[in-house]
Amino acid sequence: MKTNRLKASAQRADALTKTTLRKRLKKDFSRNYELYFLAIPIVLYYLYFCYKPMLGAYMAFTDYSPKDGIFGSTFVGLKHFKQFFGSIYFKRLLSNTLIISGTSIVFGFPAPIILALIINEVRNKYFCKTVQTISYLPHFISMVVICSMIKTFVSDTGVVGSLVNSITGGDSSLLNNPKYFVPIYVISEIWQEMGWGSIVYFSALMGIDQQLYEAAAIDGAGRWKQTLHVTLPGIMPTIVVMLILRLGSILGVGYEKIILLYNEAIYSTADVISTFVYRKGLLEFNYSYSVAVGLFNSVVSMIFLFGSNWLSKRVQDTALW
Amino acid sequence: MKIKRSKGETVFSIVNCIFLTCIMVVCLYPIWHVLMASVSDNVEMMRYQGILIWPKGFDLSAYGVVKQNPAILRGYLNTLFVLTVGSTLNIIMTSIAAYILSRRDFILSKPLMIMIVITMYFGGGLVPFYFTVKDAGLDGSLWAIIIPRVINTFYLIILRTAFMSLPDSLEEAARVDGASHIGILFKIVIPLSMPTIAVLILYYGVGHWNSWFDAMIFLRTERERYPLQLVLREILLQNTMADSTVINSDNRPDIGETVKYALIIVSTVPILCIYPFLQKYFVKGVLVGSVKE
Repeated sequence: MKTNRLKASAQRADALTKTTLRKRLKKDFSRNYELYFLAIPIVLYYLYFCYKPMLGAYMAFTDYSPKDGIFGSTFVGLKHFKQFFGSIYFKRLLSNTLIISGTSIVFGFPAPIILALIINEVRNKYFCKTVQTISYLPHFISMVVICSMIKTFVSDTGVVGSLVNSITGGDSSLLNNPKYFVPIYVISEIWQEMGWGSIVYFSALMGIDQQLYEAAAIDGAGRWKQTLHVTLPGIMPTIVVMLILRLGSILGVGYEKIILLYNEAIYSTADVISTFVYRKGLLEFNYSYSVAVGLFNSVVSMIFLFGSNWLSKRVQDTALW
Repeated sequence: MKIKRSKGETVFSIVNCIFLTCIMVVCLYPIWHVLMASVSDNVEMMRYQGILIWPKGFDLSAYGVVKQNPAILRGYLNTLFVLTVGSTLNIIMTSIAAYILSRRDFILSKPLMIMIVITMYFGGGLVPFYFTVKDAGLDGSLWAIIIPRVINTFYLIILRTAFMSLPDSLEEAARVDGASHIGILFKIVIPLSMPTIAVLILYYGVGHWNSWFDAMIFLRTERERYPLQLVLREILLQNTMADSTVINSDNRPDIGETVKYALIIVSTVPILCIYPFLQKYFVKGVLVGSVKE
C-alpha cells in the first residue's frame, strides 16, 4: 500500500517536473526564440568539429580501414596500445617529451620572472618601455620564420654553428647532432618568449602596495632586501599559478616547432609523442596505431592537469576551476 | 626630498642597465643579421661566417627575385584571404556564441556552457580531426583552415566574461523598447565591448597569419592555394623543393642564400611594423586572458 502510494506520488512529481520543464521551455522559447536559432550554428559547429573527433578516437580500438568506416572496422581491443607499450618507441618518446618539457620549465620558467624583476628596478621610464617593446618583438615572428632562422644560424656556416664547431671540432649543422637538439629548442624558446612571458609578472608587480616598500626602506632594507621580502612575496601567487599551469601541460610539447626543425638523424632526442602521432598517422597512414598513441598521451595529460589543479588547491587555494 | 643613493646602488643600477642592454641586443641581433644579410652580395655572403654588423657588399637583387616569384605573391594573397574572411567569421561566430552563453535568463545557456567547456579539456586528437574535416568535404580548399577552427573556446570565454560585465539594465531597457536579440547584440553589446573585441581580432588575425600546420595537412598538393607560411616553409626549410626554379628564377645559381634572407624580411616586416602601434592591445590581451574564470 505504502509503496504504491509512494510510487504514485513519485510519478505525479515526475509528471509535474516534466510539464513544468516543458512549460518553462515553451515560455523561454516564446521569449528567446531568436537565441534558439542563433544557437543552431554554434551547437552544430561544436558537435561536428569537437565531438565527432572524440567519437572518432574509437579508431584506437579497431583495425581501421577507410572502406569500412570507423564503426565498421574490426574491433581489436587494446592491440595497438600493447604494441606501443612493447615497442622501443614508448620509452624514447616519453623520455624525450619529458626531457624537452622539463628543461623548458627549469630554464624557461624563471627567465621572464627574472626579466620582470630586473626591469622593475630601472627608474628611467623610457628605458623601461624600450626594453619591454624590444623584448616582446621575437614573439611576433612566425614559427616558420623562427625555425628557418634557427636553421641558418646553427648550420655549419652560420653564426652559432661555426662558433660551436670551431670549439668542438665538428663540421656539420648542429641540427644533425642529437645532443644539441634540446639546447637549441630551449634556448630559442627562451629567446622568443621571455619578454612576452614577463607581461603577466609586470601586472603583478604593479599590484604591490608602494607603502610596503616605504615601510621596508624605513626599516633599513636596501633594494636587494626589498626585492627579497616585498617584491617576491608580492608576485608569489602569480608565480605559483603560472607554474601549475605549466606543469599541467608537461606532456603537451608542441609539434609545430619540432616538425619544422627535426630530421631523421636526430629522432633519438627530438622525436616526441605528438610528432610521432603526426608521422604515424598522417605520413605513414597507420591510423589506428597513431590514434592509440594520441589517446594514451591525452589520458596522461589529463592526469597531470587534474593533479596540478589538486596540488594548487592544496598549496594555496588558487585552483583553476 | 632627494634620496641619497649609496655607492652600491649606483653600481647596481649601472650593472642592471648593461644587462638589459645586452638582452635588447640579443633580442634584436638575429633580426638585424637577417636584414643585413638580405642586402649583402650573395657571393661574399656565402664565404662569410660570423657576426654581421654591416652588409657585405651591397646588392638588392635578392628582393627583385622575391618580387618576381609568383608563389610568394600567391601565398600573400591566400593568406590575406584567410586573414580577412577567417577573422570576420571568427568574430561573428564567437560574438554570437558569447552572447548566447552570457544570457542569464536563457534556459539552455548553462548546458551549452558545459558542452563547450568540455571541449577545452578533451579532444579526439589529430587523426580523427583530420578525418572529420575530410568527411566535411573541406579537404583541399582554403575553407579547411577557416571553418574547423572558427571558434576558439578560450577566446569565447574571454568574450563571454566581457559581455557579462555589461550592466543588465541597458539590455533590459532595449528589450522593453522592443529590440530583438540580434539588435541588442550588434547595436549595444558589441559596440560596448569593442576593446575586448579588438584584442580578439588581433589574436585571431595573428593566429591566421602564423598558421601553417592545418594548411599543410589539408591542402597537401594544392600548391596554388598555399598560404604564405607554407610557401616560406618550402623555400626556407625544405631543401627538397619540387620546383627549385622558385629560388633561381633568373638562372643565377649563386643567388639562393641572400634570397632566403630577403624572403624572411619581406614576410616578417608587415607584422613587425604594425606591432609597436598595437602593442598595448596585445598586452591587454595577455592580461584579459590571465584573469581567472
